[in-house]
Amino acid sequence: MLNVRPHRALGFAAAALYCVSALAADITGAGATFPYPIYAKWADAYKKETGVGMNYQSIGSGGGIKQITAKTVQFGASDMPMKPDELEKYGLMQFPAIMGGDVMVYNVKGVPSGAVTLTGPQVADIYLGKIKKWNDPVLAKQNPGVKLPDQAISVVHRSDGSGTTFIFANYLSKVSDEWKTKVGEGTSVAWPTGVGGKGNEGVASYVQRIDGAIGYVEYAYAKQNKLSVAKMVNRDSQVVAPGEDTFKAAAAAADWSKAPGMYLVLTDQTGKTSWPMTGASFILIHKQQEKPELAKEVLKFFDWSFDHGDSMATELDYVPMPDSVVSMIRAAWKREIKDGAGKPLY
Amino acid sequence: MSAVPGSPADYDIAVALPRNGVTPPGLAARGRSMDRAFEWLTRLFALLVFSILGAILVSLVAGSALSLEKYGVSFLWRQDWDPVKEQFGALVPIYGTLLTSFIALLIGVPVSFGIALFLTELSPPWLKRPLGTAIELLAAIPSIIYGMWGLFVFAPLFQAYVQPGLISTLGHVPGVAALFEGPPIGIGMLTAGLILSIMVIPFISAVMRDVFELVPPMLKESAYALGGTTWEVVWRVVLPYTKIGVVGGIMLGLGRALGETMAVTFVIGNAHRLSASLLAPGNSIASALANEFTEAVGDLYFASLIELGLILFAITTVVLAFSKLLLSRLARREGVRT
Repeated sequence: MLNVRPHRALGFAAAALYCVSALAADITGAGATFPYPIYAKWADAYKKETGVGMNYQSIGSGGGIKQITAKTVQFGASDMPMKPDELEKYGLMQFPAIMGGDVMVYNVKGVPSGAVTLTGPQVADIYLGKIKKWNDPVLAKQNPGVKLPDQAISVVHRSDGSGTTFIFANYLSKVSDEWKTKVGEGTSVAWPTGVGGKGNEGVASYVQRIDGAIGYVEYAYAKQNKLSVAKMVNRDSQVVAPGEDTFKAAAAAADWSKAPGMYLVLTDQTGKTSWPMTGASFILIHKQQEKPELAKEVLKFFDWSFDHGDSMATELDYVPMPDSVVSMIRAAWKREIKDGAGKPLY
Repeated sequence: MSAVPGSPADYDIAVALPRNGVTPPGLAARGRSMDRAFEWLTRLFALLVFSILGAILVSLVAGSALSLEKYGVSFLWRQDWDPVKEQFGALVPIYGTLLTSFIALLIGVPVSFGIALFLTELSPPWLKRPLGTAIELLAAIPSIIYGMWGLFVFAPLFQAYVQPGLISTLGHVPGVAALFEGPPIGIGMLTAGLILSIMVIPFISAVMRDVFELVPPMLKESAYALGGTTWEVVWRVVLPYTKIGVVGGIMLGLGRALGETMAVTFVIGNAHRLSASLLAPGNSIASALANEFTEAVGDLYFASLIELGLILFAITTVVLAFSKLLLSRLARREGVRT
């Protein structure tokens, strides 16, 4: 009989736990994979403090948009902001929750990390297949003093649709007319050249393995895996290195108040220290709420995360939203998200 | 063919019945109704196969309605795949799927035949079991392991040693030069085909070995007694006797090669471009689906991906039907000859 008791005690504990979680309804969200680690970390800390769990499924931005329009989740997440007319169509509002950025990584023998500097148009020409060799006169002129070899450039891109690709293609569309008309922007595009790797890890492993390769990955990934990262020339013609400061500078330079529906992509921002390939990940939520109590929990969660989540974000090499933007987001919540009776939820 | 007629095994059921040969009426009735219930149950299971197949087909067609409507049959030979401008066509993934599977069989079938031949005819008895088990183990390895091994171990070696060799030799031979052009990057159609061949070998060779072992020893021994060499016995006696099983094994391997996803995604290069060179990156249907489903935002994009699935479904059906046709042709010709 003795060995039965612990089991029974366990059963009671489980039942008690079940009651607690049934009382405080958990919120669910789905979407982009890029912000998943930080959302999961915030959710963990939030649960410890409030008892309310947040369940986030990183199924991709496309899936997130599908799930929120079908109302199977309380919020969706997308790396590509929705256009204002699309938001209107589905009765959604969006706000940025976390930032990150793309960096160019390369593998050229004898050229250390940070030695190569590239401009946006040069990156576009490389990915269009127009600049084919590392010692191309254009690259040589940009990088005096760097011994660039007579070697073919192997272009590596993402094979899966991704927010990382969206930031990259959006930036190239802004700096190169040819890219804009030939390729355009999106979470996946028709690549004129190169090989595709699945995920950041796929691109990174191709770049590390192929001599003379160039690729783009998310900053956190490049940093944690110590890849050779290129500097970029930004819109103000300044040479910048990727990092928290340059990402933040780009976010601060952006004028969110003039962006209807917060449709704003942080690439190619002005500012002397702005990193040109910065991007934000967005949260999508219905304006008119059928289940106001759950929507309230969602807003509470992000409210708490904006207040307490900055250090967690920095730890994971994400960039938290600047305070000025956060106060704008809060104002938008108050203005736009309402219950059935038209009462603001925040 | 399994048991000799008249052996006790055939009468096992009689042992369970009462000795005097008269079954109590209640027991017989219950036995019959159980029999009938069982028959219906098995029929239900069999029908389940058809209904699942039908449901898959219906949902694939319904899901791809948008792209079927827009492109019709031209989807099959359209070459662009542009999610931004919403232009889609299946030629590149179809080509990649067929080409990599062809390479896989080109290498896999002869090697498997050799393995099966060695195991059934030539291997010393002490080696048979460990070798057979090793092949079965190879079949049990998950495909993602093959993919990772292909990307991290095989592709670098292939890039450093094999591809430069291919380019400098076959790359200059008129006629096939176009197949071996371009920089050696380690990944691409040929690498995907080679990895696939390694993956199908255990399937094909295991089936071949099993059917080779079914050949009645008398037939083989008669052939040997007439002075046939091992090769003659295998080619003239074993293979004709087992051809249905052999073709079945090859089809099983082809089925795996056509639908393989993860291993191919890792090494094929995932480029939506058509190129003559086997060393160039390409794409297959299964790997395009695996890569692009999560972020397919537009409706037409989504429908086009589902239509790719439909095409893969059709390809496997055609391959199966073709193999059945081939076998029935062979059987008919035999009937005429004798």
